[in-house]
Amino acid sequence: MYPVARYVSFGDQALIVEFGNTISPEVNRRVHAFHDVISNAKLLGVCECVPTYRSLLITYDPEKVSYEKLVSKVKSLETKSRAGISERKARRAVVPVVYGGDFGPDITRVAQCHNLKESEVIQIHSGREYLVYMIGFIAGFPYLGELADEIATPRLESPRIRVPEGSVGIAERQTGIYPREAPGGWHIIGRTPLKLFDPSWQPPALLQSGDTVKFRPVSIDEFWQIHAAVSRGSYDPFIQE
Amino acid sequence: MNIAMKLFRVIKPGFFTTVQDLGRYGFLKYGVPISGAMDDFSLRLANMLVGNDPREACLEITMLGPELEALHDAQIAVTGGDISVRINDQDSQMWQTLRVKTRDVVALGKIQAGCRSYLSVRGGVNVPMVLGSRSTYVRCEMGGIQGRQLKTGDDIEGFEAIQPLGFALSVPRDFVPDFCAEVNVRVVLGPQLDSFTEKGVETFLSNPYMVTIEADRMGYRLEGPAIERKELVDTISDAILPGAIQIPANGKPIITMQDAQTTGGYPKIAAAISSDMHILGQAKPNNWVRFQRATLLDAHRALSEYNDKICILANKLLRSRISY
Repeated sequence: MYPVARYVSFGDQALIVEFGNTISPEVNRRVHAFHDVISNAKLLGVCECVPTYRSLLITYDPEKVSYEKLVSKVKSLETKSRAGISERKARRAVVPVVYGGDFGPDITRVAQCHNLKESEVIQIHSGREYLVYMIGFIAGFPYLGELADEIATPRLESPRIRVPEGSVGIAERQTGIYPREAPGGWHIIGRTPLKLFDPSWQPPALLQSGDTVKFRPVSIDEFWQIHAAVSRGSYDPFIQE
Repeated sequence: MNIAMKLFRVIKPGFFTTVQDLGRYGFLKYGVPISGAMDDFSLRLANMLVGNDPREACLEITMLGPELEALHDAQIAVTGGDISVRINDQDSQMWQTLRVKTRDVVALGKIQAGCRSYLSVRGGVNVPMVLGSRSTYVRCEMGGIQGRQLKTGDDIEGFEAIQPLGFALSVPRDFVPDFCAEVNVRVVLGPQLDSFTEKGVETFLSNPYMVTIEADRMGYRLEGPAIERKELVDTISDAILPGAIQIPANGKPIITMQDAQTTGGYPKIAAAISSDMHILGQAKPNNWVRFQRATLLDAHRALSEYNDKICILANKLLRSRISY
């Protein structure tokens, strides 16, 4: 984490506020707390915010607010947001996954790579809660971390042309879920029946930056049961607190 | 009233024709790109020529135009890259209001200069709004006609109860853009300027770069002298916007365009200024791009001049009225 946030201009309609130069839950939580503050402040001329691993992008309309004025307003809010980090309550989702087999063809390679049994890979992957660092790549794709070192695996040497919808993958110290079929270079270890993105939803993505996710191993039978419930719109993966 | 009315049937779809408006805003944080017209200037003018709100949806035509059969009387306009417009084998003009009658066949040719043309219809193209926009985003099958490019047999709908214009408008000749094979694009340096050596920045600003065949609505890969980076490791992925110029390890720039993904890890040396995006949107393979450094103040001034120019044009168009 930087002692003082860095302010960088991006193009002529965006500002980036950068909090560190590492991928870590600490830096990322700082980004989310700051994102909450900026969204709630509804500053004149601010259009949208994009939280990422270590920075928040803020787009603005230069006809409504000057860059200098925006920076000074955002800076004063940044000081306030430092207090808010501990208060922030994350939404917690439980994501059912069928590991291995046809749904997770790369789990064998991941296990071999780390001298583990497949069951151990499953245990490690589903054994901790992950933070949604950011949404990117394709609409609704959550970048989750941190993955345990014991199963951290580099990307595939040559990416697949088609990774099926719902695939759960790992790459380096991250894990993620493909909201739809797409090309991809992550090791695919399982699949979820959950739907992650639907433009008719408000908001359109199931998961949002700052949420937490825990994976729960399920059988193929349960996968299809949940799949049916998801199609009916009657499955809620969030823990009610 | 939002009642759909069939306006055209697609006889030939052209090379890559999609429905676009000015884009989908407010969903970047969910990974949804902005999309929208690659050349917003031409899209706005196409709309203004048929008396629409400049933000309405039009057809964006790429390289080769479609052939359409009119299912209803309509008023249309064609702007953007130079393309031949024929209505029932009669040559017609771009950059002015055109009248089409039921059963007329509108055939657009091959784009001679520029890369994208726009066809507007009086009232706007009527496809469902998805997340506040009618723009097609093919990669996620979102917006437009079933989230894809036009195909033979599609019906293009407009709105019922839209009164036809009682006159025709035309864009004054000196406001019709020239589409050159070599363009200058102004850029604001950063946000990851510190990932590059001084020599790298110098290379970027002093050499022309050629658009390769890997160029589409997501972005353009450029060919030219490699831009030197300080380190070869990529940066931590962060947000990207259309116009960002990313430099991967091979040193060859990638310009992100309207359908680009919302995050990426290549360091960004600069970003095109907003008011030059429509110029980039008309660049095609084998065209050359030169990057000129601009300050943020220059960029903001250029943007307000650009907006003024569009207002001035709106007035000029009204004065060009020719009654039927």
